[in-house]
Amino acid sequence: MGAAFSREPFEPQTPNLEPSGARIMIIIGELINASRKAIKAAIEAQDAAAIQQVAKDQAEAGADYIDVNAGVFVGKEPEYLKWLVETVQAAVDKPCAIDSPDPSAVEAALAVHRGTPMINSISLEKERYDKLMPIVAGTDLKVIALCMSDAGMPRTVDDRMKIAEKLVNGLLKNNVKVANIFVDPLVQPISVEKTFGVEFINAIERITAAYPGIHTACGLSNISYGLPARKFLNQIFMTMAIAKGLDGAIINPLDTRMMANIIAAEALAGKDNFCMNYLKAFRAGMFAG
Amino acid sequence: MATQDIFNAVLAFDEAAVKAKTQAELDAGTDIQSILNDGLIAAMDEVGEKFSAGELFVPEMLMAAQAMKGGLAILKPLLASGQSSSKGTVVIGTVKGDLHDIGKNLVAMMMEGAGFDVVDLGVDVDSEQFVKTAAENKADVIALSALLTTTMPSMETTVKAVKEAGMSVKTVIGGAPVTQAFAEQIGADGYSADAPGAVKLIKQLVA
Repeated sequence: MGAAFSREPFEPQTPNLEPSGARIMIIIGELINASRKAIKAAIEAQDAAAIQQVAKDQAEAGADYIDVNAGVFVGKEPEYLKWLVETVQAAVDKPCAIDSPDPSAVEAALAVHRGTPMINSISLEKERYDKLMPIVAGTDLKVIALCMSDAGMPRTVDDRMKIAEKLVNGLLKNNVKVANIFVDPLVQPISVEKTFGVEFINAIERITAAYPGIHTACGLSNISYGLPARKFLNQIFMTMAIAKGLDGAIINPLDTRMMANIIAAEALAGKDNFCMNYLKAFRAGMFAG
Repeated sequence: MATQDIFNAVLAFDEAAVKAKTQAELDAGTDIQSILNDGLIAAMDEVGEKFSAGELFVPEMLMAAQAMKGGLAILKPLLASGQSSSKGTVVIGTVKGDLHDIGKNLVAMMMEGAGFDVVDLGVDVDSEQFVKTAAENKADVIALSALLTTTMPSMETTVKAVKEAGMSVKTVIGGAPVTQAFAEQIGADGYSADAPGAVKLIKQLVA
């Protein structure tokens, strides 16, 4: 494990300098997901120590939110999701991203969560929208807004914008603050359609321009489904998305190359005042080897 | 053997060559079934084997299918009269509540490549629609896809509906969270982890 590295926006000491205003990527650590064998086993065995180690590792590696997902346990999801939140927060002082489409599981987790969590996610699919909107309406909860509707998977930027417009306006009308919204324009594999990568990153650009103050987020690894050397593709795609304005990502923060790439990409995208984070990362040994 | 040229052209993902060589074989008087089975379908079988072995990837499967379909389009009108090219009929769809379609599309494509008639119901399909469509098309197999654990129960609902309707149609299931154990649990006739596996499974079930 490399040196602990905390990424902060740079606040200049001298009042003459311009304020930073730099947005830094929000990292949601994805590892505590029951679809991963080791996590599933730990949950079934109620092995708190194992879960807490993964939570600690992710927090130390720079995760801002710890995603928790118990979706594989059909019928037991609320109980296990609640346990995950309690277990994680007993060990790390970070908010969770509560990853479930099931409102009863979300509510069970919210009841025990300390601080302000992120809800992963709401979409325009009627059942999901109708059940989750009342939970987030008028609260300070962060919400990932996934650009999916009952009409199926969006294919183009315009498809995504149509969904995003309805979804974002719905959230705003329900008194969710724009700064608490993380739009996920849905990453789809380029193996199936060569333009899916650019449709996604162009959607990031348009959404960011359309709603000042809004955030974006996504789970990137779908981009490389069906192709070999996935890690390589995922890393490069992240830098392309950052150039277009992506500022939130659901990733494995223990992937040190990915984390280093993010810092370099943010510096190159003009988000790093005086390249302070880049230099800090360099001194922490993140670009070695 | 000139059908070998057609086979090779499919494996080379060369749609123009597949079309040209298929036409050439027809003009030379080669039996249509032979062109279809040895030239086109056999090539897609090989593509499936290579994919399962990790030698070919999704985009290559798509290109091969496109090339093969170029040849199939030339043969189809000639097969229409009396002779059926079809190995069977499959109704496929992603179950109710689930919108994921990539895997389902790959299976549908490989089934067509294997010579089956495929009725693709798309996504978010409820059990009534599966049953109705299967009955209307005298389907041999209903293939169900799910990518969300929360929609897997819809698979059970559909399998039950088929049994309650007293139909002899077989049911097969697949999708990332789906397992052989789950298939057995809900009484489905089979499970496959990938598209070529689904083709093999369905061939066995209709044999």
